[in-house]
Amino acid sequence: MALIDLANPTRFLALTARVLPWLIGITALLMLFGLQQSYMAPDDYQQGATVKIMFVHVPNAWLSMFVWIVMTAAALGTLVWRHPLADVAAKAAAPLGAAFTFVALVTGSLWGRPTWGTYWEWDARMTSVLILFLMYLGLIALWRAVEDPSRAARAAAILTLVGAINIPIIKFSVDWWNTLHQPASLIRSGGAAIHSTILIPLLIMALAFSLLFLTLHLAAMRNEILRRRVRTLQMMQASGRA
Amino acid sequence: MTALGALIRRDLLIAIRAGGGALIGVLFFLTVVVLIPFAIGPDLPLLKRIGPSILWLGALLASLLTLERLFTADQDDGSLDLLTMSKTPLELTCLAKALAHWIASGLPLVVATPLFGLLLNLEPTESLTVALTLLAGTPALTLTGMIGAALAVTLRRGGLLLAVLVLPLSIPVLIFGVAASNAAALEPSSFGTPFSILCAITLSTLVIGPVAAAASLRQGID
Repeated sequence: MALIDLANPTRFLALTARVLPWLIGITALLMLFGLQQSYMAPDDYQQGATVKIMFVHVPNAWLSMFVWIVMTAAALGTLVWRHPLADVAAKAAAPLGAAFTFVALVTGSLWGRPTWGTYWEWDARMTSVLILFLMYLGLIALWRAVEDPSRAARAAAILTLVGAINIPIIKFSVDWWNTLHQPASLIRSGGAAIHSTILIPLLIMALAFSLLFLTLHLAAMRNEILRRRVRTLQMMQASGRA
Repeated sequence: MTALGALIRRDLLIAIRAGGGALIGVLFFLTVVVLIPFAIGPDLPLLKRIGPSILWLGALLASLLTLERLFTADQDDGSLDLLTMSKTPLELTCLAKALAHWIASGLPLVVATPLFGLLLNLEPTESLTVALTLLAGTPALTLTGMIGAALAVTLRRGGLLLAVLVLPLSIPVLIFGVAASNAAALEPSSFGTPFSILCAITLSTLVIGPVAAAASLRQGID
């Protein structure tokens, strides 16, 4: 029932106004703690200090995919249930997802230079993340091309769902096409392949970045609701004077 | 059924009679194939090696070029409103339009491929294999492109956005199309796997494409 209660934008604004300061505080604390833990983590015997890029790279790479899942859920909310906040959530998530994807690409590239000897390689994972980035940008372009927000929402929802089907296909197709990136080493059969001194800071950073996404997402949703109210007021004012 | 048949017949007649629509795509395809040797130099062994990729890329761009016409003409003269309001399910209407569009603009590309292969120093069998992979792959390009065309038709600045939306979706088709063509040239025994996957992608877009295109047309109308 909570989701239905939140359908009222005013109630959503009131709730998030109370939650957001706490969320910002917790995120900042956890981020600082995670950074400190990452700083204290031992260097890799092969890669040296560059392994610490991982603490930023991996959480961002996870979030780049997680945000598309959030947008897919929001797209279903828009198309199936016509939830009034679903399209606001989808619209607010797209630039955040693009940003996380971009950070994952940049940190990965900086990490690749000392370890693989190249900034960019047409490897399966990097290519599929790059395509994910392009799809985020296309989605943002679609949001901006339509003026009426509710029509833009439905168009973007369809593209999000098609993208959700396509992303696994791209992922597997480029996997067979070319590969250099290491396979998944955390969630795999036989347990994690990372020592706990590195694993724990990584998990803290992943949680911190997820909270960062939640905070920014709620704040962006608030902005979007307020922006729509301003737009409606401006249109009412314009039609009243005409 | 007759309504769909009449729609296919109408779209084909428009494509053949009005403005030479079908041949523009082939002409663009030819231009792309001709431009490549200018860009990389007339190195025949290199052209032979990358020939299948060039043919695939040219066909992909040519099919993208003609996609915009899939719905815009119908929207301009108002028949798109009639199609969305008719008793025939919009999904089937979209499928019929995609079929007509593929016959008018995809099939000529496939037919022209063996000829263009000669320009790239490909053996006749290699050219025919590329044509075969294009025959299996171009329907997928049309069907995924139709989703983008249906999204873009309701926008005023649709043209460039269409390319941005459609090209990332067509990457798997390109990968497996080129993989199958190259496999046929290098070791014929490994042709089956990428070709089967290419066919599988085409079949799944056959389901996803019309449904998604119909959904985006509906949201654009009301």
